[in-house]
Amino acid sequence: MSAPVMLGIPTIPPTSPRGVGNLRGEDRFPVAARRALADTQLRRNLGKATATIRSKRAQVVAELSDWEELREAGRQLKVHTMANLPDYLAQLESAVIAQGGVVHWARDANDANAIVIDLVRGKGVDEVVKVKSMATQEIGLNEALEAAGIAPLETDLAELIVQLGHDKPSHILVPAIHRNRAEIREIFLREMAEVDPALTDEPEALAGAARQHLRRKFLSAKMAISGANFAIAETGTLGVVESEGNGRMCLTLPDTLITIMGIEKLVPRWQDLEVFLQLLPRSSTGERMNPYTSMWTGVTPGDGPQEFHLILLDNGRSAVLADAQGRDALNCIRCSACLNVCPVYERTGGHAYGSVYPGPIGAILSPQLTGIEDNASLPYASSLCGACYDVCPVKINIPEILVHLRAKHTETYAAEHRVPSAEASAMSAAAWVMSNPKRWTLALRSGRLGRLLGRKRDVIGQVPVPLAKQWTDARDFARPPKQTFRDWWAAEHGGVR
Amino acid sequence: MRIALFITCLADAMFPEVGKATVRVLERLGQTVEFPAEQTCCGQMHVNTGYQKQALPLVEQFAEVFAPYDVIVAPSGSCVGSIRHQHAMIAKRFGSPALGKQVESVAAKTYELSEFLVDALDVTDVGAYFPHRVTYHPTCHSLRMLDVGEKPIKLLRAVDALELVELPAADQCCGFGGTFAIKNADTSTAMLADKMRNVLDTGAEICTAGDSSCLMHIGGGLSRLRAGAKTVHLAQILAATREEPMVLGRAERQADVHAGPEAVL
Repeated sequence: MSAPVMLGIPTIPPTSPRGVGNLRGEDRFPVAARRALADTQLRRNLGKATATIRSKRAQVVAELSDWEELREAGRQLKVHTMANLPDYLAQLESAVIAQGGVVHWARDANDANAIVIDLVRGKGVDEVVKVKSMATQEIGLNEALEAAGIAPLETDLAELIVQLGHDKPSHILVPAIHRNRAEIREIFLREMAEVDPALTDEPEALAGAARQHLRRKFLSAKMAISGANFAIAETGTLGVVESEGNGRMCLTLPDTLITIMGIEKLVPRWQDLEVFLQLLPRSSTGERMNPYTSMWTGVTPGDGPQEFHLILLDNGRSAVLADAQGRDALNCIRCSACLNVCPVYERTGGHAYGSVYPGPIGAILSPQLTGIEDNASLPYASSLCGACYDVCPVKINIPEILVHLRAKHTETYAAEHRVPSAEASAMSAAAWVMSNPKRWTLALRSGRLGRLLGRKRDVIGQVPVPLAKQWTDARDFARPPKQTFRDWWAAEHGGVR
Repeated sequence: MRIALFITCLADAMFPEVGKATVRVLERLGQTVEFPAEQTCCGQMHVNTGYQKQALPLVEQFAEVFAPYDVIVAPSGSCVGSIRHQHAMIAKRFGSPALGKQVESVAAKTYELSEFLVDALDVTDVGAYFPHRVTYHPTCHSLRMLDVGEKPIKLLRAVDALELVELPAADQCCGFGGTFAIKNADTSTAMLADKMRNVLDTGAEICTAGDSSCLMHIGGGLSRLRAGAKTVHLAQILAATREEPMVLGRAERQADVHAGPEAVL
C-alpha cells in the first residue's frame, strides 16, 4: 500500500516500526524497575560503576576553564545542524560519493537491515565483525543477520560480554555495566570454546581471553559493520571514537566496510570536531582524550577497506525533528553522562527502560522514535531532579522535554478517548477547585477529615487504598493539622486581605 | 516594599507551621508581610504530570493575585522554580500575550525564602537559636533550577548553637519528584532508602531543607523506620529563638514538625 500523496500539506513523518529493533520493552517502566530494584547484585554493580565514572567526569571537566563555553558551542552547532539537516545530508551524500563511497538511505530499521543483508550476501560472506554501535543495536541488526544465516561478531569487550551472555546492553557506553567480574568470567568459561579453564576473574585475565578470542576474527574477517560518532558534511568524513582499538581493527583490516549512521550524527564542518572531541571523551569515559579516534573518507586505494557503504538511517528521527519542543533530543552525542548521574538509572539499570537508549536521554528519545503510545511510561521515569541537564555536553534540557512528553502523552490519550482517564478527571477536578480561592478554602476544611485516619496516632501508617497505598507502603503520612495556614492567618489578622 | 507570602498549597493544607515560621522570620527582620487570601497553587503538579492546559487557570490566578506586590516570598524552591520556569511556557501555549507579560513580571519578583533573605535583604544572621545537630539536604529544584547554592548553608551557619553536619551525597535526589513518588513508588523508595542512610550516617537529629514536599517524603520514611531523626523546614529553624525555642518532642506538645518518630506534621 502506498502512502497518499498530499501536496503542500506537511505530514508527520513515520515513527520507528513495531516488530523490529530494540526500542520497545515488554513491560512498563514501573514493572520492569520493580524487578531490577530487587536484584541486589545489580544495584551494587551499578552503584559502584556509576559513582566511579561520575567522579572521573567531574574531575576532568573541572580542568577546563571554558567548559561552559564549549557546551554552548556544542549546543549551537547541533541546533544549527538540525535546522538545516536536509541540506547537510545532501552535502554529505555528494562528498561520500565523490570519495568513492556508496550511500544508501534507510527509512527505517527494516530498510537498513535489508540493505546490510543484501550487501553481505552479495559478497558471499557468512560472518561480519562489528564495531560497537548504538544504531545497529537500535535496529536489531544482529538479530536480523542471524535470521539470515550471517554471524555478527561484536568486538568491543563489553558488547562481546553482552553477546556471549545472550543478554541486552544496559548502558550506552558501558553495555555490560550490570555485570561484575565473576559474572563475566562465568560467561567466558561457558561461551568461549577455546578459553583456558583456569581463567580467573582478574580484569587482565578476562581482557586477555577476549583478546585471544577476537584476534583470529579480525585477521580473517572480510567485512566489518560500524556505527559513527560523527559525519562531516563538507568532507564526507566519518569518525569513530573508542578506547580499545577493536574499532580501528574493524575499520582498517576487512575489504568491505558498512557504516550505519543515524541522520542526526552530522556536523557541518571539519572544524566542528574541535568542540565535540573535547566534549565527548570528558563526558563519557571521563578522559581528556579517548585512546583511538579513527577517521575515514570514502575509499583510499591500497589502504584500508576498498569498498565503503554508508547507510543513513531515519527510523523515526524525522518524526522527532518535526516536534519543536522535543527535537533537541536529536542533539545527543551518546556520551551517557546523563545515565551516570541519574538517580533513577543508578538504581534500576538500563534494562528497565526496555530500549537500547536508557536513562534520561532514553526517556526522551525512545518515546519520540517509537511514538509516545509505545513508550508511554518512560517520560514519567524521572523525578525531574535535573542532574542530567547539568552534565549534558550539548545542554539538552531533558527535564523540560520530559514534561513536554508527559503532556503529549495525556493530550494524545484525551484526543483518542471519549472518556477521560481517572487521572485526567482528578487533575481537572483539582484544577477546578484550586483555581478558585473559595472552593480551595472549602476543600482544605473538608480535607481535615483526613485527621480521622490518624486520630489514634499522629502519623498515618499503611492505608490500603490506591494512591494512598503507593505512598504509605514505604512512608508514613502526616496527619493533617487542626488548622490550615489560611485559617490561622484569618484568625490572627482578622481576615485582612 | 509590599511583601506577599505565597504559602504554597502543600504548606497551607499540611504544614501551616512552615508558613507561620516564614512570617515570624520576616517580621523579626522588620518586614511587613501580607497574605493574599485569594492565592491557591502554582500549578506545578499539573504541569509535571502532563496536564498543562488544566494548569492555565492556576497560572492565571497566581499572576493576578500577586501582580500588585513588590515581592513574593515562598518557602519552597520547587514552587518558585515552577513559577520562574513553567508559568511562561503555559502562558505561551494557552494564554494571551498579556498573560505572558504578567507572568514574566511576577516571576521576576518571586523569591524562594533563602534567596530573599540573603540576596534581597542581605542578611545571613537572622537571630535564630536552634541547639541541635542538623544536616541540610539541598532539594533538586533549589539546587539546580534556582541555583540557591550556599545561601541556606550560610543562614544555617549563622544560627546560634546549631551544629551543622555535612550530608554525604547531598546533591542526590531524595526520590520525591511529585507524582513520581506514586507512579514509580518502588524507584522512589529505593532513592529514599539511600537518602535516609546518608542522613542517619551524619548522626543528625534533624534533616532540613527548603521544600516541605521533599521533607514530607524523607520525614515519612524516617518515621516509618522509627529512625530517631526527623525533618524540619529551614524556615522553622530560622524562626526559632532563645526566647521562643522550638520544641521537638511529642505531637501533643508540638503540632507541626514534619513526620518524625512519634511526631507529626
